[in-house]
Amino acid sequence: MRNIWIIARREYNHYFDSPLAYMVAFLLLVVLGIFFALNIVYYAQNVYAAFSSTPDAGIVTGPFAFMLVLSLPALTMRLLADEQRMGTMELLLTAPIRDWELVVGKWLGSFLFMLTIIAVTGIFPLILNQLTVPGIDLGQLFTSYLGIILVTASFLAVGVGISAMFKSQVAAFFATLVTFVVLWWMIGFPASVLPTGSAFFRYMDMKAHFYDSLITGVINLSDIVYYLSLTALGLFMGTTVIETRRW
Amino acid sequence: MIQVEGLTKDYGARRAIDGLTFEAQQGEILGFLGPNGAGKTTTMRILTGYLPPTDGEARIAGFDVVSESLEVRRRVGYLPETVPLYPDMTVFDYLKFMADLRHLSDAEDRVFDTLEMVGLEERAEGYIANLSKGMRQRVGLAQALLHHPEVLILDEPTIGLDPAQVVEVRNIIREVGKERTVLLSTHILSEAQQLCDRVLIINNGRIVAEDSPENLQARLMGAERVLLRVRGEVEDLPEKISALQGVEEVSIKEDNALEFRFAPGMDVRPAVAKLAVENGFDLLEMRPLGMSLEEIFLQLTREDETPEERGA
Repeated sequence: MRNIWIIARREYNHYFDSPLAYMVAFLLLVVLGIFFALNIVYYAQNVYAAFSSTPDAGIVTGPFAFMLVLSLPALTMRLLADEQRMGTMELLLTAPIRDWELVVGKWLGSFLFMLTIIAVTGIFPLILNQLTVPGIDLGQLFTSYLGIILVTASFLAVGVGISAMFKSQVAAFFATLVTFVVLWWMIGFPASVLPTGSAFFRYMDMKAHFYDSLITGVINLSDIVYYLSLTALGLFMGTTVIETRRW
Repeated sequence: MIQVEGLTKDYGARRAIDGLTFEAQQGEILGFLGPNGAGKTTTMRILTGYLPPTDGEARIAGFDVVSESLEVRRRVGYLPETVPLYPDMTVFDYLKFMADLRHLSDAEDRVFDTLEMVGLEERAEGYIANLSKGMRQRVGLAQALLHHPEVLILDEPTIGLDPAQVVEVRNIIREVGKERTVLLSTHILSEAQQLCDRVLIINNGRIVAEDSPENLQARLMGAERVLLRVRGEVEDLPEKISALQGVEEVSIKEDNALEFRFAPGMDVRPAVAKLAVENGFDLLEMRPLGMSLEEIFLQLTREDETPEERGA
């Protein structure tokens, strides 16, 4: 555990020295802010015509999940690829730490950085809560943010796993982006086309576990298991890649 | 301290090292001498647990490098050939990170002690990106020394340094090597001679010679060779030189240069110089020819191939 923490701490601090991480954080917050402001304006203008309820945290977490697909590859691309490019992988793999501790530490560092950003976005629901009467649905706030955290965790783990395969950050970035797009938008598609096996593809659909469930205020064990499995799979993949790279 | 037995490593179809067997004792500086691609780095990577061997076994401080890799890594300080540094960290942060990874209880003190040892205490707060090549090498060395390892493995520790820095790094290695086991690789013969208690010469993944530097040199330099250059044609000079007592062989090289060999301890150079001048030649140059590493390898591999030497 201690080794994981040492790796994670260095990685976390590194993000705060990195212009790229600031840019990702900035763009995430700006885009979310714009979505948020537009939504507020929309609801304010349609307040009498509105037949549905008041807005909830979904106006933040909905676009947030979408933004994660596009922004997280930039945060994970260098994690292990850069170590291989700089030759510091040799340093880490000859230090007295296990391969999986390295991979999990890298993931944890990026996850903690994202948790920091996610915490900052908490300001939007807070504002929304002030603007609405009688305030927003706190249960939905909780589940949709839980969803964001789970999606982030699994994306980052997959990203770390892919980063282990490359020496070049750019290659890692595009491979990660493509994988995210497939996992998020494409993998569920066969469910509506294929005559058989639709249940499987429906379960594999990464966005369905978020948009059809967690963001609506529902917690299903199967959704949580899905995201945690994906996280474990990504970390396992990263460890395996590093182990095989030794050979 | 280091025991290696029949160590073999294949990269696909290519055999990088082939049945290496050697030992190193505590307090010994063992030199690994060989041309690029001889298998030095591969051997070191196996010893440090970075690569697994294809065959054979290696133990450090009694621990197997494959099955007890973590124990081995705790006891080894390793400086790879390309010094692994994070340019965007300060020297202190980098070493602190490494000290933390090794769970050193007094990490900060250790970092400062080690920085003092390598003479970088004034650059502790500087970014690694701004350091010169020599300083980076010393940071890498500091990283390998931090935890007072029982075994220090250094891959080409002086490569790319200027002469003053080379001397500094060699002094550090010599100091450390008094108590601990040091395995260092180099392709510079004189470095091995200056630093090492014992030298292994490795070529094409095999050990071709193993001895103390003094013995090795004596064995290799059966005679001393000198290059002589005069203005104009050499004419009958070679015959005259070979008539001198102690001269073993005279040959004409390109550009009208002469090369002659004489038996050790019979320095005929003054006599040759006098001879040349007395015969009316303008003496332009006379210098001893050191044996280059390539020539040593040629000689050793030739020795290796003669059947009667094979058992030695």
